[in-house]
Amino acid sequence: MDKHTLQAQKLSCIRDDRLLFSSLDFTLHSQQVLLLEGKNGSGKTSLLRILCGFREPDAGSVQWCGEPISSNGQYRADMAYIGHLDGIKKELTVLENLQFALALAAQACAEADAIQAALARVQLAGFDDMPAQTLSAGQKRRLSLARLLLAPCPLWILDEPFTALDKQGIALSEQLMAEQCDRGGMIVLTSHHELNLPSTDVQRIRLS
Amino acid sequence: MSLSAAFFAIIRRDLLLALRRRSEIANPLFFFVLVITLFPLGVGAKPHLLQAIAPGIIWVSALLAAMLSLDSLFRSDFDDGSLEQLLLSPHPPSLLVLGKVLAHWLVTGLPLLLIAPLLAVLLGMPSQSLGVLLLTLLLGTPVLSLLGAIGVALTVGLRRGGMLLSLLVLPLYVPVLIFASNAVEMASSGLPIDAQLNILMAMLCMALVLAPWPTVAALKMSLN
Repeated sequence: MDKHTLQAQKLSCIRDDRLLFSSLDFTLHSQQVLLLEGKNGSGKTSLLRILCGFREPDAGSVQWCGEPISSNGQYRADMAYIGHLDGIKKELTVLENLQFALALAAQACAEADAIQAALARVQLAGFDDMPAQTLSAGQKRRLSLARLLLAPCPLWILDEPFTALDKQGIALSEQLMAEQCDRGGMIVLTSHHELNLPSTDVQRIRLS
Repeated sequence: MSLSAAFFAIIRRDLLLALRRRSEIANPLFFFVLVITLFPLGVGAKPHLLQAIAPGIIWVSALLAAMLSLDSLFRSDFDDGSLEQLLLSPHPPSLLVLGKVLAHWLVTGLPLLLIAPLLAVLLGMPSQSLGVLLLTLLLGTPVLSLLGAIGVALTVGLRRGGMLLSLLVLPLYVPVLIFASNAVEMASSGLPIDAQLNILMAMLCMALVLAPWPTVAALKMSLN
C-alpha cells in the first residue's frame, strides 16, 4: 500500500452556538492510529463526520495526501466509515448486504471469495443466508466490520467500533486494526474502551 | 463498468427490499383505487359529469398516491445508516440516487399505470383516450418521483416532515397535472395532443438530468 497522510489544519466546529473544538491540528501517517477521547458531547462524532466529509468544518481544512478532501475524488475510494448506525438492511440476508457493500465500493475483485473470507474472519461464516434482522447487536457489528475487510481501504474511520461487541469481538476488532496498520493503512477512531494495540503507533487527542 | 454495476446493484437491492416489505407496493395502489372510487360515490350517478372530470380525478389521485409513497424513498436508508454509506461511495452519488428513484418508481409508479385503465373504464372514460391516459402516466409519474425525491431529501431528517413534504412537492407537481390531464381531455374530444406530450417528454428529460443533483445536495444537508 502506498504512503498516505491525513492532515487536519486549524479545525473548529460549532454546534448549536456551542464551540466544540477550535484550532485542532493533527497529521496522521500510514501505520498510525488516531484515538479521539473525551466525554459525551465533546465533539468526537462531529470531528469524525468532518473527516468523512459529511460536515463542513466551521474553520480550517482537512487534507488527504495534500489535497483538500472536498475536491479529492480519490478520498472517497480510500476511506471506509462505520458510524453509530451500521448501515445494514435488516430485510436482506448477510450475503446480500455484503454484496451490495462490495458493489458500492467500486472494487473489482473475486466477489464470492472476498465475501466468504471476510465472513470467516469476523466469525460469521455459515450465516450467509440469515436475514440480518435475526442477528444480535454484536453480530451486526461484526457484519459491519466485515464490510471493512471486503475492500482494503487505506483509511478507516470508526465511531465507537467496540459497542455491543463481546470480549472476543473486541479482541478480534483490535486484531483487525493491527493488521490494517501492518498493511500500511491508518485508522481514526473514537472509543471509551481502552485500546490494546501494543505494537502500533497510537496518537491520542483529548477533546474537552 | 463498475459504475453500471453499482447502479444496477442499487436498483436490485431496492426491488428486493420492496419485495420483502410488500405493503410498500400495495399501499399506494390501494390508496389510488380507493380515492378514485370515492368520486362516483360523492358525485352520485351522473355518468356525463364523471366522464368529463375523469382525467382530472385519475391524475389528481395519481399525484396524491405518488406523494404519499415518497416517504419510503429515503426513510429506511436514513434510519439505518445506509444513506451515509451510499454518499460515501466513490461512485457519483447523483447516479446512485437516480437508481434509487428508478427502483422506487418501478415499485410505486408502475402499478398505478397498470391499474389506471380499469379505473378509467369505471369512470366511463371513452376508450380512445385510454391509450393517451397510459402514455401521460408513463411520462408523468417518473417526473413526480424525480421531483418528489428533492422534497423528501429535504425533509427526511425531520421527525414529522409529512405535511411539509406535501407543501413543498405539490406545487412542483402542478405543471405535470395541467399538461397530462389536458392531454387526456383533448384526446377524448379527438383533438391533437402532440404539444402536451412533447412538453411532458421535455419535463421528463429535464427532471432525469437535473433532479438528482439537488436531491444529493439536500440529502447531504439532511445528514449533517
